[in-house]
Amino acid sequence: MSDDASPSPSPSPSRRQLLVGGGAVAGWGAALALGVDAAVAAPAPAPVPVPSQDTGGLRGASTVEFHGTHQAGVAVVPQAHSTFVALDLVDGVDRAALGRLMRLLTDDARRLTQGLPALADTEPELARRPARLTVTFGFGPGLVARAGGEVPGWLGPLPSFGVDRLEEGWSDGDLLLEIASDDSVTVAHTVRMLLKDARSFAGVRWVQQGFRDAYGSVPAGTSMRNLFGQVDGTVNLVPGTPDDDLVWIGNGWLAGGTSVVIRRIAMNLETWDELDRPGREQSVGRRLDTGAPLTGTREHDEPDFAALDAVGFPVIPEFSHVARARSADPRERFLRRGYNYDLPPRPGAISESGLVFVSFQADPVAQFVPVQRRLDELDLLNTWTTPIGSAVFAVPPGCEEGGFVGETLLG
Amino acid sequence: MSRSIRSIRSTRPAVARSARLAAAGLAGALALAACSGGGDADDAATTPATTQDAAADEVATLEVRDPWAKAADQGMSAAFGTLHNPTDADVVVVAASSPSSTMVELHETVEVDGVMQMQQVEGFTVPAGGDVVLDPGGNHLMFMGLTAPLVPGDEVTVALELADGTTLDVVAPVKEFAGANETYAGGDDHDHDMGDMDGHDMGDAGEHAGSEG
Repeated sequence: MSDDASPSPSPSPSRRQLLVGGGAVAGWGAALALGVDAAVAAPAPAPVPVPSQDTGGLRGASTVEFHGTHQAGVAVVPQAHSTFVALDLVDGVDRAALGRLMRLLTDDARRLTQGLPALADTEPELARRPARLTVTFGFGPGLVARAGGEVPGWLGPLPSFGVDRLEEGWSDGDLLLEIASDDSVTVAHTVRMLLKDARSFAGVRWVQQGFRDAYGSVPAGTSMRNLFGQVDGTVNLVPGTPDDDLVWIGNGWLAGGTSVVIRRIAMNLETWDELDRPGREQSVGRRLDTGAPLTGTREHDEPDFAALDAVGFPVIPEFSHVARARSADPRERFLRRGYNYDLPPRPGAISESGLVFVSFQADPVAQFVPVQRRLDELDLLNTWTTPIGSAVFAVPPGCEEGGFVGETLLG
Repeated sequence: MSRSIRSIRSTRPAVARSARLAAAGLAGALALAACSGGGDADDAATTPATTQDAAADEVATLEVRDPWAKAADQGMSAAFGTLHNPTDADVVVVAASSPSSTMVELHETVEVDGVMQMQQVEGFTVPAGGDVVLDPGGNHLMFMGLTAPLVPGDEVTVALELADGTTLDVVAPVKEFAGANETYAGGDDHDHDMGDMDGHDMGDAGEHAGSEG
């Protein structure tokens, strides 16, 4: 399929007009970060993940070590399923109560992640297949304030963006739990166990369930595809490289911790269906089949923004997601860990789908917000995507045996 | 009131996972200490209790793994866990006490006319190399009258008295728990459940025990 297949609204159509066809231009001053391509500007090639094939057979017993400097769920290769739960603290929960809460939840997490039932676990059989279960905790500004701790300047709602159509029911919160596993049964049991122990301290504010490829259907570490069919998350920080200082905080009670931004991005599959394949690829600046930039052949090839096509337009359009997300500042990068969502459609519709965009970074205001601002100003993908939820949490460091997550704030 | 000495579930293996659990518990919550030695609970967190002053290489008489207690505002509650006897002779727990309760009784749960009822026993005999499991719906340590609310995430201490006269302190985290609502067929006319949070009878199985609020 060529550009000729797109409706041409004028005799000398610009690339944009070709792309969006008849009148679909509406969304474009309004932008949004779908996160198909985060910013990267380092001239040196950034480290890329190397997918690996697991030929070991059944993997239900696989565990991820719970203890350590960092919470294990941040840098782990993303599991197939993840549930994000935001809780609101009930009145009267003070610093001492928060300490009790986090001791309880930490104990649950350290047992369940190792395939052991929690204390007072009424379904111990459901704890036996952790399948790389991780439980990650994040603190909202309300929790840190109740603890009497120092609230980082970045810990709070992001600045509002023009594309935002945020709903309270998908935004903010005092305490975040991320429960991720390659087995969704394990996720469900772990969520249940944690919420039982949290319920006298906090109530559920929102729950976002997400999924990627099933474990074993592609090599571990393969970039996911979102429900637009795009390879999603190609440009990403790789844990365990010098980029780590962009993820982990160095000092204070968050030393060894990080921050997480969770944005719920509704994807309009119905209007996306109206777009032809070249239009889809140009909106992002990447090929749908391989995820390679339009100037390359492999997923991790560096985009060539100077390359022009036969009629003199950039091969990667300047309004594409890749081009807009790119930053000249190598610090404007983050560790992405997104998940698809796909809910039953509302009456009269046939889809209710999107992306739970998740990024970890030492400072979301310094690293994430500038990228999002550019996407807000212009990103063709904004035509088909709408942020409907947004939350920022401080992710405390991990703990050792005998300790608990949050002890640097509450201990 | 029915009283009996019960030798319990000697076939239950002392599985390896229990040892891992004991080492991975809440901070201090699983700490065991020999009361007779005035042991420091924190220092004893990773070592089993002994009946004497804690010589490091001494064989423990009894270990309590994964202890926990049910949260309750007032009235009754209960504590659970696995009693493990690593020795080659039976160990008998003959009594229990706790600063959190005016009295602690050793209870079993039996079926009486089709209804599960709790009743006091004179001791838990932990067979050599074996376990006695204390769990909701089974054997348990019954807190007969709480001296203060048992709040989720808090810790309670229970002293177990053994037949040889030694005692063993067990520190258990408190967890909210909806079950453990068996009827108590104790020595008076009242029925109580383990976790009588609202100060009234909650004999109906499955009745939610409420929350801290």
